[in-house]
Formats: sequence, C-alpha cells, structure tokens
Amino acid sequence: MGIANFKGGIHPDYRKELTASLAINSLPIPGRVVIPLQQHIGAPCEVLVQVGDTVKVGQKIGESKGFVSAPVHASISGKVTAIGPYNHPLGRPVEAVTIESDGIDSWAGDLKPPGDLDSLSADELRALIREAGIVGLGGATFPAHVKLAPPADKPIDLVIINGAECEPYLTADHRLMLEKPEEIVFGLKVMMKILGASSGVIGIEDNKPDALRVMRQAVEGEANIRVAALHTKYPQGAEKMLIYAIARRKVPSGGLPMDVGVVNHNVGTAVAIAGAVKEGKPLIERVVTVTGEGVARPANLLIRIGTLVSDVLKACGGLKEETRKLIIGGPMMGLAQITDDIPVIKGTSGILALTDPDVDLFESRPCIKCGKCVAACPINLVPTFIAQAYEHGMLERAEKLHAADCIECGCCAYICPSRIPLTQLIRLAKAEILEKRRKK
Amino acid sequence: MQILYAVAALGGVALVFGALLGVVARFFTVESDSRVEAVREALPGANCGACGYAGCNNFAEAVVEGKAPTNGCIPGGSGAAAAIAAALGQEAAATVPMVATVFCLGDKNKARDLFVYDGIKDCAVAEKYGGGFKACADGCLGLGSCVRACPFDAIAMGRNGLPVVDEKQCTGCGLCARACPRGIIKMLPQGDQGHLVLCNSHARGKAVTQACEVGCMACRACVKACPREAIAMENNLAVIDLAKCDDCGKCVLKCRPGTIHPRREKGAAKNAPTAKAAASASA
Repeated sequence: MGIANFKGGIHPDYRKELTASLAINSLPIPGRVVIPLQQHIGAPCEVLVQVGDTVKVGQKIGESKGFVSAPVHASISGKVTAIGPYNHPLGRPVEAVTIESDGIDSWAGDLKPPGDLDSLSADELRALIREAGIVGLGGATFPAHVKLAPPADKPIDLVIINGAECEPYLTADHRLMLEKPEEIVFGLKVMMKILGASSGVIGIEDNKPDALRVMRQAVEGEANIRVAALHTKYPQGAEKMLIYAIARRKVPSGGLPMDVGVVNHNVGTAVAIAGAVKEGKPLIERVVTVTGEGVARPANLLIRIGTLVSDVLKACGGLKEETRKLIIGGPMMGLAQITDDIPVIKGTSGILALTDPDVDLFESRPCIKCGKCVAACPINLVPTFIAQAYEHGMLERAEKLHAADCIECGCCAYICPSRIPLTQLIRLAKAEILEKRRKK
Repeated sequence: MQILYAVAALGGVALVFGALLGVVARFFTVESDSRVEAVREALPGANCGACGYAGCNNFAEAVVEGKAPTNGCIPGGSGAAAAIAAALGQEAAATVPMVATVFCLGDKNKARDLFVYDGIKDCAVAEKYGGGFKACADGCLGLGSCVRACPFDAIAMGRNGLPVVDEKQCTGCGLCARACPRGIIKMLPQGDQGHLVLCNSHARGKAVTQACEVGCMACRACVKACPREAIAMENNLAVIDLAKCDDCGKCVLKCRPGTIHPRREKGAAKNAPTAKAAASASA
C-alpha cells in the first residue's frame, strides 16, 4: 500500500528536532491559574462559583445549557480570587475565573472509574465526555461530544485519529503517541463504540517513524484498527485532507466529515477521553510544546489549564532577548500574541517564540498571477481571486469563489512570492460572509 | 454601377430601421419626469454616495419623489441646493458647508505603539487584532482608510502618520468620518472661528499620558481657564462649544500636553510651540 497523500499543500521547514526527543514533563502546579469561561467553539459557560469560594481540582466552575458547549473545571485547588475579563489567546478579553493555589492539590471527591467500556452505553459515554469538558485538543476546540453525536441519518463507519501533527515545531501529539499509545487506542475504541463505527484508523505522518512503530505495536491484535502512514506535508492534519488521504472520500463543499461517514479526532482528545472513561477525570491539563529558537529550554510539558504563559515560559528558562514574536499554536495557524499574560487554554497545543530572521516584516507587492497559491491550496480554491474580490469590496464574488470553504491553513500566504497576506484577506472575507448568512 | 447597389441596399436598411426606431420611440416611450433630469444636472456628478443613495441619479429621483431633501447633496453645497430647489419650484433650504477635522495629534513620534502590526493595511482590520496596535484605544492608527474613502482627493497621509485634510478640496461629504473605525474624524461647519481639543481619547488621565504625549488627560485646567464656560468635560475628554468660544486662547496656555489648537491654524502650524514648550523656552 502506498503512502496516503492529497493534492496541494506545502513543505515548510519542520524544526521538530528542538523538542521531538524530549519526554513529557509535568509542570509544577502554578500558584495561580486563570480559567476562561470560553475555551471552546459554541456557547460560553456561566460561572458556578463566587469570589472567595474554595474550589478543588476537577470541580466544575462553569457550565452552559447549550448543546454545543463544554463545561470548564478548576485545574488546581484553592480560593477563587477574581472573576472578570482577562486576556485570552484569541485576542479579546474573556470572562475568566482566577484561582490562587492552596498548594495541596486536593481533588473534588474521589476519582472513580465510572464503569468499564463494555458496561457503559453509548449515551452514558457521551454524557461522560461532555461532563468531563472535553473539546478537540488539536486546536479547534470543538466540543468532542457534539462530534460524537451525529444525526441518525448520517451513519458513521470510520473513526480517524489524527496523529499527523503537520504544524512545524509542534511535538505534543508525537510525544503522546510514544508515551501513551494504550490510552490513544482505548480512546479510539470508546469513540468507535459510541458511533457504532466498524473501523478505526490512526493516521501518522511518515516523519515520525518511531511513533508509527509504537502505535503499530499498540494496535496489534485489534482486528478493525490500523495505523496509516501519511506523506509528510502541510496541512496533512487538516480533517478534510486527512479523510481524503486515508479513505479517499471527499467532504463536500460546506459539509462536515460526518457527511461522508467519518469522524475525526486528535490524539490528545483520544487520551483525554480515555482519562475520562477509565478514571472519571475531567479535562484539567494538556500537553503543550514550548518551543522555538526564542525559548531558552524548549520542552513538552503537561500543563494545568489556566496556567499563565508567562509562568510556563519562566519554567522553561524564559525568553531570549532576540525573541521577536510569541505565537500560541503552531507557526502556520497559530495566533501571534501581544502579551504573555494569557492563560493556557484547552486548545493551546504550543507556545512558540520566534526570532530573527524567521520573523520578517514586509510590504506586499502586486499579484503576478503566477498561480502558486492555486497549486498549493489543498481544497482547490483560487486564493488570489478571492483576496482581490474582497479587497475591491466584491463580497458576492468572493462567496461565489467559495471563500467560506477556506480552511485557513495558510499555504497560499506562505507560498506567495509577492507576499500578499492571502489567508488573512480570505479570513476577513469568510468572516463577513458568515456574518451575512447569519443575518439572513 | 455596382456601388449604387450597395448604397441603395444600405440606404434601404437605414430607412427601414429609422422608421422602426421612430415607431418604437412613439409607442413604447417610458414616461420620465423631466424634473429628475433637471435635478441631476444641478448635482456635482461625483457619485460619492454621501447622501445615502447609490449615486447622483438615484438621489435625483429621490428628491423628485420627495424622499430626499433638496439640500441633501452635501458636496454640492448651497449652489446645488438652490439649483435643485429652483428646478422643483421650491424655496431653497439652508445649507451649512461642512469640513472634515481630524481629532488626533498622536502621530508616530508622539503616541506609543503596543506592538508591531504586520497585518493588512486597513484601519478597520487593524482594529480587530487585539483592539489596535496603539497604546491609545481611541487614537489614529494611521493606515489611511479615510484617505482611500475620500472620492475628492481631499485627505492625504502626512509624513508623521496622521491624515491631513485639504480644506479647499473637502466637500464635507463625511465618507472619511464613516470609514474611520475609531470615529476620529468629525464633520464641523466650515470656518476659522473657535478652538478645538484635538484628541479623541476617553481614557483616564494616567492611561493617556502613558500612551501619548499630546492626549487630553482630563485635568480640567482648560475648563477652569475658560472665561466663557465654553469647555465641558465629556467622559474624560474636554469638548469646546464652538458657539461660545471667542478665541481668547486662555485654554491653550493652560493645556500642558498642548492638545488645544485654534481652528485658524492649518496643517503644519498645528505643531507650533505649546504651553509646555513655551514655558520651558522662557524659563
């Protein structure tokens, strides 16, 4: 069998060697955490605690009645000292609960396994995952239980675990696959049971041969689970690319993976689901890759949700003086930050500090119609036309060119020799189009 | 001989089509209001859209139907208003000629940046990233959205990163004011009379001084200095009532950051010595 691939994409400099060989370490429990009440796509949570309350680890502090939402839990034990807007990695301040640690780290109640996989029904499992506050840990933070509840007319036969980790620099998923293969397979089995899916595939880019070997060992003896080697190319880990590479199914324009009978989850999500089902543990910590040439001691760290990025960086030896840009996430899709006074949230896969000459300021030049963005676009759009239409205020034309289907992977802006901020322009067009559709 | 056939054929065709056009013009005419044409003739024809209609023709139709006022064309001013009123046989309504005024002095050297912005060069877009890259949340971002919005070439980006209004070219249409995401450009009646507090910041004093050298820090010195009670504090910003201001200039001498300027100063003259500079020079 050949190596799974898709059309388009780019080959950026991966630079994973900074942290690929470093085992996951736990960051000591911080003195203070700031837990935003919105860490997922969907309805924000309403706060359940008050200033002055004592909370324990795993205690629910935010809950929403909306279906597309996920509760948030206290990640340390201690006292609630403030509730109010706090800086957020997505740019705008969000309501957040600040907890000062009591240094004891005592859990709320005893952690009990809710039952074994065979005895729990699909609905019970789904409720368990929702209660644990699990969202897509790859970075999109879509609530996991929503993806695991497809409408009845869309049967799911295939569950894909995304271990591609195509973003340069990041190695959190890589390390999880090396260190917790059983949990990943267990998490996959939970999802397959909930969805009644007949097969599961774990997709891993072929620049991680050790992860491929470990995961293949872990699935030995499992009749309906296999590990697929994927061609190393960005954005191999984008769900539509991954589904096409593994199953040769094309998600239709405006559609979701469930339209082609597939559900896709990140390896981190699988580990979190395994933790919730095996131990009854809510999502209070995640693995974050702290990396980049600007970090004194790069590391893969298991970090409690709400830990401030400034504290994380301190633990990694601080930022070097020549640091020019701080990014939350990977270099392709991550968001540049204006301060390190922001909490690690459920979707924080990496903390990346870039230095010269990787950070370059430039003026964009006119489009030379070379078509490189068209060749690079993995979903077959014509980025330059969409960007031009948007710049000239022709939103209908941008919509006709399927701007709303853009996955914002950044390939077009990366490849553009005129350095036109294509992805950024298309993102703006997309936001305006979606806004217009909502109004209708 | 053959040329005559060609002439006859073409001439025949021309006659047939001419007759056809005549018939069509006679029996299929669209009744149009001649007043629309008259109104359109009176308009500047820039199709700027400042009136709120798609273009001059659209506006002319609206005026004739009575939906738009006769003085609705701002760039046309009193001349257009009088011509329109005459075409419709109405009394000419009064017009106040307006001019765009930039209420910010925090240029590249005087206002602090929070971070390096490397995104799309558009003020509304920059505003979305972390609330703008300037330390002042109400100050001019200097990316020129107002310059691009002006259909009359009346605004240019100054060398220090602030827009400069050419008051001779400015028709007062207000498109720049609408393009500014921070509402820094305000439309004022044309004229030289009165003083202005050229700042848009509603932050508290300390925050202003940390962000900008020339921002209004709401110290109220000008309010106390004004003998005619023309200055009021509105949400941490001094505002001068132009109807009351008699250009005595006492507020200018009291303003430490040098935010207040007389309107007769134009362009570069606005960077003239301020109270602070004058005080240090005389000391």
